Amino acid sequence: MRTTTTVIVGAGQAGLAMSRCLTERAIDHVLLERGEVANAWRGRRDSLRLLTPNWQSRLPGYRYRGADTDGYMTVPEVIDYLCGYADAIDAPVETHGAVTSLETHCDGYLITTTSGRWRARTVVVASGAYNLANIPAFADAVPAVVRSLPATEYRNPGQLDGGGVLVVGASATGVQLAQEIQRSGRPVTLAVGGHVRVPRVYRGMDIMWWLDAIGVLDEHYDQVDDIVRARRLPTFQLIGTPERAAIDLNTLQDQGVQLAGRLAGVTDAGIAQFSGSLPNQCSLADLKLRRLLTAIDTWATDHGLHHEIPEPWRASPTVVEESPPLTLDLAAGTIKTLIWATGCHPDYSWLHIPVLDPKGQIRHQGGVTDMPGLYVIGTKFLRRRKSTFIDGVGDDARDLSNHLAQHLDSLSVH
Amino acid sequence: METVTATTAFADNGVDIEFLRSAREALTAEPEGAKFSWRVTNTWVRGTHSRSTCKSFYGLGAEQSHRAEFSFHGDHPELFSAEDNGATPVELVLAGLASCLTAGVAAVAQQRDIQLRSVSATLQGDMDVRGILGVDADVRNGFSAIRVTYTIDADATPDEVRALVAQSQKRSAVFDIITNPTNIIVAVA
Repeated sequence: MRTTTTVIVGAGQAGLAMSRCLTERAIDHVLLERGEVANAWRGRRDSLRLLTPNWQSRLPGYRYRGADTDGYMTVPEVIDYLCGYADAIDAPVETHGAVTSLETHCDGYLITTTSGRWRARTVVVASGAYNLANIPAFADAVPAVVRSLPATEYRNPGQLDGGGVLVVGASATGVQLAQEIQRSGRPVTLAVGGHVRVPRVYRGMDIMWWLDAIGVLDEHYDQVDDIVRARRLPTFQLIGTPERAAIDLNTLQDQGVQLAGRLAGVTDAGIAQFSGSLPNQCSLADLKLRRLLTAIDTWATDHGLHHEIPEPWRASPTVVEESPPLTLDLAAGTIKTLIWATGCHPDYSWLHIPVLDPKGQIRHQGGVTDMPGLYVIGTKFLRRRKSTFIDGVGDDARDLSNHLAQHLDSLSVH
Repeated sequence: METVTATTAFADNGVDIEFLRSAREALTAEPEGAKFSWRVTNTWVRGTHSRSTCKSFYGLGAEQSHRAEFSFHGDHPELFSAEDNGATPVELVLAGLASCLTAGVAAVAQQRDIQLRSVSATLQGDMDVRGILGVDADVRNGFSAIRVTYTIDADATPDEVRALVAQSQKRSAVFDIITNPTNIIVAVA
């Protein structure tokens, strides 16, 4: 059994940022990584790029130094970037040892991995926000003639049969898959529930620049009305491309994608049932977009930018056909593939400490759990709206490493 | 002489938003109390005429009761050779949807501190009756579409009013019941 002051579970962006902050405070620690650095970024789909521009990949003591500051990293570039960070901060990573159990032990914690055991006074869970796909219970009713897979297993259109594809979910992943699969010649139906519509570029600036500037990304977990809802919000409908192209339900429909409401169920006969709420879901997203652009315009005027940048504009309302489809016969043979782009959630099945809520998620206040010395980082809206972004985890790591250091000080006083 | 004028007028739509907030908190801690059962009894009168009543329901872990028994008559119009003693069942569905959405508009307006002066809605359910008459098996029994038009006078911008109506749909029980499938288990006692 080995001993350290702090065990960080996971060596992705969150674990690495925390490592850097602990090193700054000379707190002895180790990162336990099931695979390699940036493991969750490995084996992702071919076309994937970050939704945030390169300049916005700031981590504690590290930033993008390439020439394409407004571009969006491909997955291999993200992996290189994070591996470069691990080297630059000399992160003490133990690779290829998955944590199988975390339990309390004396005045600290006992961590078991596939390659050994550790004892630590404090633990930071940085094992990722997106470990397991959210698949609804009625998925079992999808007929066997349809190949059903989570978006996490999708790599490129070439792996799919010819024929129709039902993409379920219209967050960033869902709209991106709908676009590239439709372009591959496979007709796509996209099931659309709650979604967040934003332009890629507004008044000459990347939308992520605006969200950063007007303070949306810095909103704190204790400032929003309903943090549970904020944590469930789907990702922005965005795509990172060299052309800084826009993507929304209108551009998809122009390309031939068929929209339907939220997938509400699949009958025993294999009939997919879509909610009749599509018009309202689109109204909600259009209204929310208009409020955001108005807030941006107000900020631009208040900061003397109004005459320096292009004119304001408003997106045309989302087109919803008169009678969107309410059913789709999955057994008829026209749909060959169903892809669940319904989001993911963290897996804490290895965490044997009573800090989980009835849904299996860690109860915490901005990353601080009820169990002294146990922290979580890198999950959705942990402390700030940007908590899951590479650019956002640094501030959380600074705050939590400060809390962790105070906790260690309090232990040494006693 | 100085006059002090109250400049902060809070919206009052007659919705007890504090109660809703505290109920939400209480039921987050005690999810069992959130399990409600709504009940209606229905008795055939004659022809297509029947009478539905509601009085008791279950919620907050105990039997509950309305202030009084409420009743609703359902029937078909004379052009279907019926006696027209009440609304058609599909009109009752529209009334249920309207009541639910309007209650939601008031609650959301209160939550957002928006004063309402008047709210009215017209609802239209389009139906091809060849479905219920069994003329064409490809025509569904129910509505082909429901159209709702709200007219709202409130201290708010047009977009804020649209957002009230949109949020009300998002939170509405009847909107959900109509737009999403529900398992219906009918037994004969």
